Amino acid sequence: MSADTQAAPSRSAGSLLTNPTVRSIVIQVALIVFLVGFGWWIVDNTARNLAAANIASGFGFLWSRAGFDIAITPIPYDSNATYGHAMVVGAVNTLIISAAGIVFATILGFLVGIARLSGNFLVRTLATVYVETFRNIPPLLVILFWYFGVISVLGSPRGLQPNIFGLYLTNRGLQTPGLIFGALAYASLVAFAVGVVALIVIARRNKRHQLATGERKPLLWTAIALLVGLPLLTFIVTGLPATFDFPEPGRFNLRGGFNVHPEFIALWLALSIYTGAFIAEIVRAGILSVSKGQNEAASALGLSRSQSLRLVVVPQALRVIIPPLTSQYLNLTKNSSLGLAVGYPELVAVGSTVLNQSGQSIEVVCIWMIVYLTISLSVSVFMNWFNAKMALVER
Amino acid sequence: MKSKLLTALLGLAIVGLASGAASADTTLQTVKARGQLKCGVNTGLPGFASQNDKGEWQGLDVDYCKAVAAAIFGDPSKVQYTPLSAVQRFPALQNNEIDMLARNTTWTMDRDTTLGLNFAGVNYYDGQGFMVKKELGVNSALELSGASVCVQSGTTTELNLADYFRTNKMDYKPVVIEAQSDVNSAYDSGRCDVLTTDASGLAASRLEMKNPDDNVILPEIISKEPLGPVVRQGDDQWFNIVKWTHFALLDAEELGVTKENVDEMMKSNNPEIRRLLGEDKNFGESIGLSKDWAVNVIKAVGNYGEIFERNIGVNTPLKIQRGQNALWTDGGLQYGMPIR
Repeated sequence: MSADTQAAPSRSAGSLLTNPTVRSIVIQVALIVFLVGFGWWIVDNTARNLAAANIASGFGFLWSRAGFDIAITPIPYDSNATYGHAMVVGAVNTLIISAAGIVFATILGFLVGIARLSGNFLVRTLATVYVETFRNIPPLLVILFWYFGVISVLGSPRGLQPNIFGLYLTNRGLQTPGLIFGALAYASLVAFAVGVVALIVIARRNKRHQLATGERKPLLWTAIALLVGLPLLTFIVTGLPATFDFPEPGRFNLRGGFNVHPEFIALWLALSIYTGAFIAEIVRAGILSVSKGQNEAASALGLSRSQSLRLVVVPQALRVIIPPLTSQYLNLTKNSSLGLAVGYPELVAVGSTVLNQSGQSIEVVCIWMIVYLTISLSVSVFMNWFNAKMALVER
Repeated sequence: MKSKLLTALLGLAIVGLASGAASADTTLQTVKARGQLKCGVNTGLPGFASQNDKGEWQGLDVDYCKAVAAAIFGDPSKVQYTPLSAVQRFPALQNNEIDMLARNTTWTMDRDTTLGLNFAGVNYYDGQGFMVKKELGVNSALELSGASVCVQSGTTTELNLADYFRTNKMDYKPVVIEAQSDVNSAYDSGRCDVLTTDASGLAASRLEMKNPDDNVILPEIISKEPLGPVVRQGDDQWFNIVKWTHFALLDAEELGVTKENVDEMMKSNNPEIRRLLGEDKNFGESIGLSKDWAVNVIKAVGNYGEIFERNIGVNTPLKIQRGQNALWTDGGLQYGMPIR
């Protein structure tokens, strides 16, 4: 914009060389040409040298048959599918473990972070011990500890006594009864959606009411009724359109039901507990950054301790917490690649198999980088949006 | 281990960048100038490549590294061993990090033609098998439907496993782990019911279990796994050195030349033995080596039969019969091309 305003006088000077607009455009174009040229040179040179060494290259292999099986397939996959399909399964597994890890690590981190500031000696000390222990151990060791140290030593699924809940924790993971929904179950899903929309509408009206009159209306019971009660009622009214699929001991494994793989459990616990320690410190720092006066002012207004934490301290602390929290989320996502060590089939684990079966190392590494970059940038964009929403709005 | 893989891949990318000038020296010249052969081996597979308690490498594949070093330098100790996982092995070779790969690697058309590699022979004819705990009472692989199967990632084993269960309409739960040692401990701790890899590998892995006798290897062999040393494409002289070292070991066994009697044999009148040991004609010259190259190889490691018996034969803990790996004259598949 400033260039536009300056363009007029320099044009009258008549020299293209001294014209800042022209100069900056020329420099930028030259830079882009150089970067594109450099990139092209790298790609072209690599391709030519691979061809000279008789190593196949290109992304065509993604459409050939994979031939191997994957242990955890959240989307349909079998060994007749393509390498590309296998990579997608890996990426989905990465997303699942990252999302599950982020949720648990956040909950854990907030609880422990607040506990670190507790007035109770025992709570405070336990929280400190947790943070100092897990912050100082490499995540890979934590994963191996859970996998080989805890889950592997659980009992085998053979010769198990059946229990009425259908819950089994063995060295094959956690086996739970599976729910098989009938067609009418969609009605309950719709009821849940209606409940969510209704809750949002009511919450907004309450907020307006509070702004206008200063009176706060409690929302908790309404929320429970709408989110749990309404779908449950619909479910009962439609005649319980679901059956349980109980796991039964088979010759080798428990058959039927739903299986949470031990690899997932080990990786999930390890990543959450490891990252939770860092988040706890971030939360503690965030809370400490809110000046003592704010707390005192809240007490002076007659807010209870939990109210002042929820309404005064945490909203202000969040502004300090969110930016470093984003880095922790990105770290957790990237650390999920350690699943390779225990055989959780995330992107890197599946990718290394693809890499070795197809021999297309450069291409697979490119795919890894692009996928992780995409995931990381998406998390960043979301967290930046959240941060902007939480930031202090000055009028 | 992972960082090593990435280094290898990064190195590969750099090889891609470097122009042809870098490969002006032949592999033999490079190895001679360095004074050492860089040989890629397994990270630890008893009988094939593992370190003893003194930290010395030993095994059938290791002896192939020693044999090639002896052919070049007359000294089997001039080897630098690079332990590699299944995933790391090909990038390491493509990237000039090693000169040859002797790491129980299956010869397949895909690997031979699209990875820029050449297989220099088959030093062990293997096939994939299954091992289970005795207490399961399983007698055949066809009874394994519904089992959890431990397998190493990035191997032909992983592919055969999928094919075998699919063809026999059985389902299974794969547990895929990168390092063979972790695969073994997952099996031993009961994470899976079945361990699958090459039959020779099963015999070796069995020794690492808490109670080796509690495990049985099932009779089915579900695939062909011809294992052999590998070199890069594009250096025919180097390819010839590794290939003919292998044949020399086989010919020596066929002709009865052993580590003990090789000096006597040099005085032999048998023209075949005289050609092998470089007494009649200098065959070493044609592959850029000295005329007593084969003598050095046999003095260092013995003939193929001696290598086999010393590392994996019936008198070792692995107790593997010669079987398919007997010489063709004994009804096996090992057949050394004639040196003439």
